[in-house]
Amino acid sequence: MKDWRYRLAEQRGTLLAFGIFIVMFAIYSGNHPAGFTANVVQTAANKGVLLAFVAMAQTLVVITAGIDLSVGMIFTLTNCMASWLVVGTGLETAFGVLAVLGTGLICGAVNGAIVIYGRLQPIVTTIATGAVYFGLALLLRPVPGGSVNEDLADFLTGRFFGVVPASLVALLVIVLVVWVPFSRSELGRAAYAAGSSETAAYMSGVPIRRGKLLAYTLAGLLAAIGGLFLTFFTYTGEAAYASGNAYTLFSIAAVVLGGVSLFGGKGSAIGAIFGALAFRTIGDLLFVFDFDPLWQPLFQGVILLIAVSLGAFALFRVRNRLEWFL
Amino acid sequence: MDGTAPLFRMEGISKRYGGVRALEKAELTVTAGSIHAILGENGAGKSTLIKIMAGVVAPDEGRMTLDGSEVTFASPAAANQSGIVCIFQELSLIPELSVADNIVISNPPKRFGMIDRKAQRKIAEEALARAGASDIHPRALVKDLPLSRRQMVEIAKALARKPRILILDEATSALTAADVARVFEVLKRLRSEGLALLYISHRMNEIAELADHCTVFRNGRNVASYPAGSKSDNEVVELMIGREYSHIFPPKPASAPAAATVLEARNLSWADRLDNISLSVRAGEVVGLGGLDGQGQRELLLAFFGVLRGLRGEVLIDGRPVSIASPTAASHGRIGMALIPEDRKTEGLMLPMTVRENLSFAALDRLSKAGIIDRAAEQRLIDDMVGLLAIKTAGLDIPVGALSGGNQQKVVIAKWLMRQPRIILLNDPTRGIDVGTKQELYQLMRKLADAGAAILFYSTDYDELIGCCDRVLVLYDGAVKRELVGAGLTEHALIASALNIHGDDVRIGQGEHA
Amino acid sequence: MSETTHGGIMGGIAGRMPKFIRRADPAVLTAFACIVVLLLLGSLYSRNFLSPEYLLQQLKVASFLGVIATGMMLVILLGQIDLSVPWAVAAGAMMACAAAAYGSVGVALAIPFGVLCGVAIGIVNGIGVAYLRIPSMIITLATNAVAQGLMVVYTGGFSPQDSATAAMRYLATGFTIPGVPNAVIIWALIGAAMVFALTRTSFGRAVYGIGNRERAAYLSGIDTRRVVMIAFAVSGGLSAFGGVLLAGYASKAAQSMGDAYLLPSIAAVVLGGTSILGGRGSYLGTVAGVILITLLQSILSVMQMPEAGRQIIYGVVIVAMLLLYGRAPASR
Repeated sequence: MKDWRYRLAEQRGTLLAFGIFIVMFAIYSGNHPAGFTANVVQTAANKGVLLAFVAMAQTLVVITAGIDLSVGMIFTLTNCMASWLVVGTGLETAFGVLAVLGTGLICGAVNGAIVIYGRLQPIVTTIATGAVYFGLALLLRPVPGGSVNEDLADFLTGRFFGVVPASLVALLVIVLVVWVPFSRSELGRAAYAAGSSETAAYMSGVPIRRGKLLAYTLAGLLAAIGGLFLTFFTYTGEAAYASGNAYTLFSIAAVVLGGVSLFGGKGSAIGAIFGALAFRTIGDLLFVFDFDPLWQPLFQGVILLIAVSLGAFALFRVRNRLEWFL
Repeated sequence: MDGTAPLFRMEGISKRYGGVRALEKAELTVTAGSIHAILGENGAGKSTLIKIMAGVVAPDEGRMTLDGSEVTFASPAAANQSGIVCIFQELSLIPELSVADNIVISNPPKRFGMIDRKAQRKIAEEALARAGASDIHPRALVKDLPLSRRQMVEIAKALARKPRILILDEATSALTAADVARVFEVLKRLRSEGLALLYISHRMNEIAELADHCTVFRNGRNVASYPAGSKSDNEVVELMIGREYSHIFPPKPASAPAAATVLEARNLSWADRLDNISLSVRAGEVVGLGGLDGQGQRELLLAFFGVLRGLRGEVLIDGRPVSIASPTAASHGRIGMALIPEDRKTEGLMLPMTVRENLSFAALDRLSKAGIIDRAAEQRLIDDMVGLLAIKTAGLDIPVGALSGGNQQKVVIAKWLMRQPRIILLNDPTRGIDVGTKQELYQLMRKLADAGAAILFYSTDYDELIGCCDRVLVLYDGAVKRELVGAGLTEHALIASALNIHGDDVRIGQGEHA
Repeated sequence: MSETTHGGIMGGIAGRMPKFIRRADPAVLTAFACIVVLLLLGSLYSRNFLSPEYLLQQLKVASFLGVIATGMMLVILLGQIDLSVPWAVAAGAMMACAAAAYGSVGVALAIPFGVLCGVAIGIVNGIGVAYLRIPSMIITLATNAVAQGLMVVYTGGFSPQDSATAAMRYLATGFTIPGVPNAVIIWALIGAAMVFALTRTSFGRAVYGIGNRERAAYLSGIDTRRVVMIAFAVSGGLSAFGGVLLAGYASKAAQSMGDAYLLPSIAAVVLGGTSILGGRGSYLGTVAGVILITLLQSILSVMQMPEAGRQIIYGVVIVAMLLLYGRAPASR
């Protein structure tokens, strides 16, 4: 085979997600009453980017063959935090942003430390820490409210040169600053290796624990960036349990649509981003076709159910039934 | 060669696993610029020895010296640092990563703190070329490669670590004939470059072609060292067998029973592991499966027990073709089959559960009415079994994991006897248990056969096969290569046919099928 | 390593105790000890805490969680988890109330219909886990989302107007035996049935076997997929039944009534000493866990601890207890 075919195969999951997104978005904007305009794109981008950040966070943990059911709650917590801290002068705002991101890092690192050094199951751990993070969010915002530095918010949610949605540019920057270095670092590769085969990784002398801890920690950071952007869009903080849970859930759907394997070791955050954008667009398709918005949760649930069932097809290739019970 | 100082020495190395002795005061000396072959039967201690060398397990006692100074390895990475690199039988490749990623995995080249993919690609290409496998694309994912190609990647990965001592543990077992030839060229070149190579193989012809020096292991000890070519195959086989222990086996019936055939396979094939196997077992007969470990014996037993999918060929019970789709189907109803599995700790028992629960686990359907367990009936049957097998336990309600290995194995067998099976498949049941229990199991096996059971018995211990079986089928590469009966069933014949040194060189002819 | 730590600490204490206690699971003992401590702490705060009325009231509140946790325990014993509890609870409640709107037949069939809806959710989970081998946390999250979607479509996004039937209210709030709330009796009956199923039936043995080592259970001729399927169906059914009782208690169903039961039901099971990895645990422990959680909730609300503090305390308590009991063995 030629080099480019391998490159293609490596990116297949991502390209597929990209394809789904393009098709869905074409249908969406084609049937949107306003058509394909900068405004429509900006609105769609702003909605999609939030899920994209959370999906990137989920990707990092899923790559290590874990799962983070607290991403939505970190997202909510940092949203509440930002509604207190990201205000005032430029310097105060900058300090607030750093505090919010630092909180995300700590939340992620706590998850990782409990899972890796405490040797607890990721799922129960993150449900429990999710409760703590939500509790903290409630503590900060018993009722919705707060505010945010509107100049910064408008700058990051508006458009550059009148056409390019600023939120998309921000997403791109985060990809370049967080994801690309991670995926090309030794620890990033260790996270992949641990997710694919922990025994083989150990035999090969890979720094498994540090790789996994980094993945969980960065997941917290990415969820916090999501929370920050939520504050920029809404200008308020709200400790909404249902919304936090929905983001966790949708992040799993986005990750699966983006070609990231829930069994670990495979996939990229870029795929998950397109998965997130596609998932959002599919959810919004109902609006442009004038369906009752009541159908949206069901529609999204069914997409999720189908997406997670797709992986089961690998099962039919298993020829030794004992392999079911790894 | 003898003039140079030894590069690496192991002295007085001992290792025990639980109560079982794997190595007892073993010695080994490795010289630079030579290929050293290690021979021995299954379980002679070869694997443990190299695991210690490679830092995977720690020895209980003994010392290792490298370049004359003492060393200890806390992990495989530490051994690698010292220049000892091992290619294991179980592959250490990460399936979802690319070939190049895998080759540099333990020490990737970096630029500005990130992995330098260009340099990585270059290292990978060089390593692949050095291993004689430049046909493998560095970007290919390991999971997409066939087994023989993965083995070549393993070799390339080892070479990329610039080893001083390279250990190959059955590294050619999955290779095609063409690959074997290429690997040999590579190994000879490495020798001329001054590397020390440890070569572990069951293939006598490979050792004859490659090795400078041979060491034979038996029962955890090195029993002989000699320059390659100074002993005949026959002498080597004698060394490997030794005369250290003898079992007392129950007498076999004088002639083969004339009972009906219970279990039969016709042209059974599965994936690339089972190749056109035909066999039959009569009631009252103990049929052995011999050959080197990993030649398809375990898969054959699993195939009968309904575990494998995509079987080709026919299985007949009492002369009627059947299709067995699960262990439930195999053990329930008319078929009445039982499998004593390979690993009693993960496949035979639930270690934290009680002896009672484990004993009745396979027979729950027989012990219950409408799903409710008849505890009196359960107790009666359990008492019978504990008596019959003389299971030594402090009580029925202690975790089965607290029992000794031998008694655990008795529980595995007893749990199946509670169903009174007609067909009993045994997958190396005496591995890691004491001699006394072994002898009890031999007696039991014969007793069950006399009571009319058809028994198919795989063992890695050749003595056992000879002592217990009416016939032995020797498997090689997933196919039955030979059947040994009566007076023809000797250790020598068994080992010779297992090693396939019987004139007809099968490997070359069917090399490409992997 | 975890075994030795808790064996070491608990072993020292247990050594001086009567034999029947020594044989009990240290986790269960710890849970009961925590209950006593909570009661004592509570009584310091308010004298009412040790009054029979208060305790009975707590037991009644606990029984709703108890019913739901029973199903959760079955699934956790298999080494799986059921995250579809929230909307199985809500679906059971809403569907039972909805059925009640269809005349006398509807009223009569309200409870079985509600439970059946939960069983249906459980069967989808079971198919996913047992036959498609999708990780249980994923498939149950997905069915939870679908159940939510269905309920939102059905109710129009508002709390449904249908109210609970008299039978539902009677089960949740009535008294058949004077002084003992019906809800407590129902929990006792369901608990007894679960204890019987786990200890006396071949199904129960299979559940523990699969939880310990699914491979060995499969090779022992157990139809492991059927057992897993049934367990999820039971879990779904019991969650829905818990919802039916809750609807009876509050006289009607509400949108997010189940959300408050996911974490507590998992916590109750785990705090009661059932291993999250499956195969180990007793129903007595789950009972202790349910009472413990209920008392904790009660004390926090008596102390007027806001929801925020409750969530934080829950999370911290669960992680702390798991670190004591639920750790996986070290890899090397």
